[in-house]
Amino acid sequence: MGELSALDVRSRCVGTTAVVYAGDYLNKLSGDRIERECKRQLDLGCRNLVIDFRDTELVNSIGVSILLGVIDVAERNGAQVIFSDVNSQTVQLFEMLGLTRHVALARDEQEALASLIEQGTLTPATGH
Amino acid sequence: MELPTRKLIHTFGALADLGQEISDSGNFEEMVLTSLHLLLGALGIRRGAVAEFEAVDGLLKFVAVRGLPDAFPSSITVGEDTRAALLRIGLAAVQLDKLDPGSELQPLFTACRILPGTGVQLCVPMVVRSELIGLVLLGEKATGEGFGEEDLDVVSSMIRQIGVGIHTHRLLAQVEQRAVENRRLYDDLRAIYRDTVRAFAAAIDIKDKYTQGHSERVGKYSEIIARQMGWTEEEVEGIAIAGYLHDVGKLVVERDIINAPYRIDAKQSKELNRHPAAGYEILSPINHPYADIPLMAKYHHERLDGRGYPDGLTADQIPLGAKIVSVADSFDAMTTDRPYRTRRNLEQVIVDFRKNTGTQFDGEVIIALCRALLYEIKGETKTRPLMKMLGKDYIEPEKIIPLLNELIAELQPRKSASVFQ
Repeated sequence: MGELSALDVRSRCVGTTAVVYAGDYLNKLSGDRIERECKRQLDLGCRNLVIDFRDTELVNSIGVSILLGVIDVAERNGAQVIFSDVNSQTVQLFEMLGLTRHVALARDEQEALASLIEQGTLTPATGH
Repeated sequence: MELPTRKLIHTFGALADLGQEISDSGNFEEMVLTSLHLLLGALGIRRGAVAEFEAVDGLLKFVAVRGLPDAFPSSITVGEDTRAALLRIGLAAVQLDKLDPGSELQPLFTACRILPGTGVQLCVPMVVRSELIGLVLLGEKATGEGFGEEDLDVVSSMIRQIGVGIHTHRLLAQVEQRAVENRRLYDDLRAIYRDTVRAFAAAIDIKDKYTQGHSERVGKYSEIIARQMGWTEEEVEGIAIAGYLHDVGKLVVERDIINAPYRIDAKQSKELNRHPAAGYEILSPINHPYADIPLMAKYHHERLDGRGYPDGLTADQIPLGAKIVSVADSFDAMTTDRPYRTRRNLEQVIVDFRKNTGTQFDGEVIIALCRALLYEIKGETKTRPLMKMLGKDYIEPEKIIPLLNELIAELQPRKSASVFQ
């Protein structure tokens, strides 16, 4: 597993999967750093994106728009997106606005990575 | 919580954030981009763009774009027909899949390369007070559902706010532009005023063949003293003007008296002493861009001890500006040749200042002049206007520096102290 941090957004690579931590960036214009980081990881060859919401209490309209941007970039690159550790209130919001039609949800990061291993899109304990 | 309630709360949040963004943001591009994010995020719309309309060029310039293809243009030219059609539509959302193939808007969408598959579903013109402000394009919803009536109401409401934000920003930009132009115009007028005053000062001095350049020098000495005293640049400009014009009243005094190559008698002196009051009469009707210029001219022959003219004012009654012009005037009188005597050397001038500070001259003003002289003599200034006016051979640094230091030290504790204060 490789640790990396770029553009002030915390992220790490697990094989061909990038785990990006949403933190408290999402709800303002600076949230586009998350989108840029996802794009950067896809350009580096990642085929899966796990966006982790463990430190995100609330997602507002700006956050939703940025996440729609992430989904768009991922779809254009043929990558899969998983949202992990999303609180119930935010899950309801994502369902209401249709984001859950385009991403999978996982209880936490480990579950997200495990599901990717199960699908065969991630080889365990590899890094790039 | 029921779905409609959740939706309502989310939309209200977006509307509130949009209102705050539009009223708070100083950066136009950021304001538009954040507004687009809020609009897309409010309804879960996957892509969109906001264009600002520039009426002069007939250009729709895209300020914020999200999720549209790279080939999407940065701006498009809008013909009169399309412009009229957008104005007619107002804030109503045009659903592209229901658009008549012969619509006046078709050229616009062709220019935007909004072809099937690009995902753009709605086009909403931004119209504020019958003026086309811009245009918003919106793509499909992430739910895959079409836009319902409620969605279209939210879209119209948010786009109205964005339009008002852009309109307000434009008005502010115009006001700022006018303020800049007005400032430039004001500066030009002030420059013209200063040049006119200088020309006028030269005209005053021509009447007195022995003191040519006197008014200009008094203006410059006054400026140097005021700057040394920490006056603002605007105040310094004002005192320079007062210096240039302080003798304007001499225009009404007989030329023979002004040019007398001997000490004038009491009657002639009385005639000559009319000039400060006459100067005030001449300068008062003029609307000067600086304060108190007529008063500085009127009181430049007043003394702290009340023995000056025209009103015999004492210390605090005399405006500080007049005290500065008074010192500048006397300094120039002592350091230039007169018809009945040659100029004094600087040591004698300093002795005169020491003797008359507190009775004729203000101590703080004398200190400022002494400091300005010291800094120039010691070479601590970038330019040396005093040396230039006095002549480089006039000053003997080794003699003058101690005298200036002594006088400053002596006056420092009492500054403008006067028994008459």
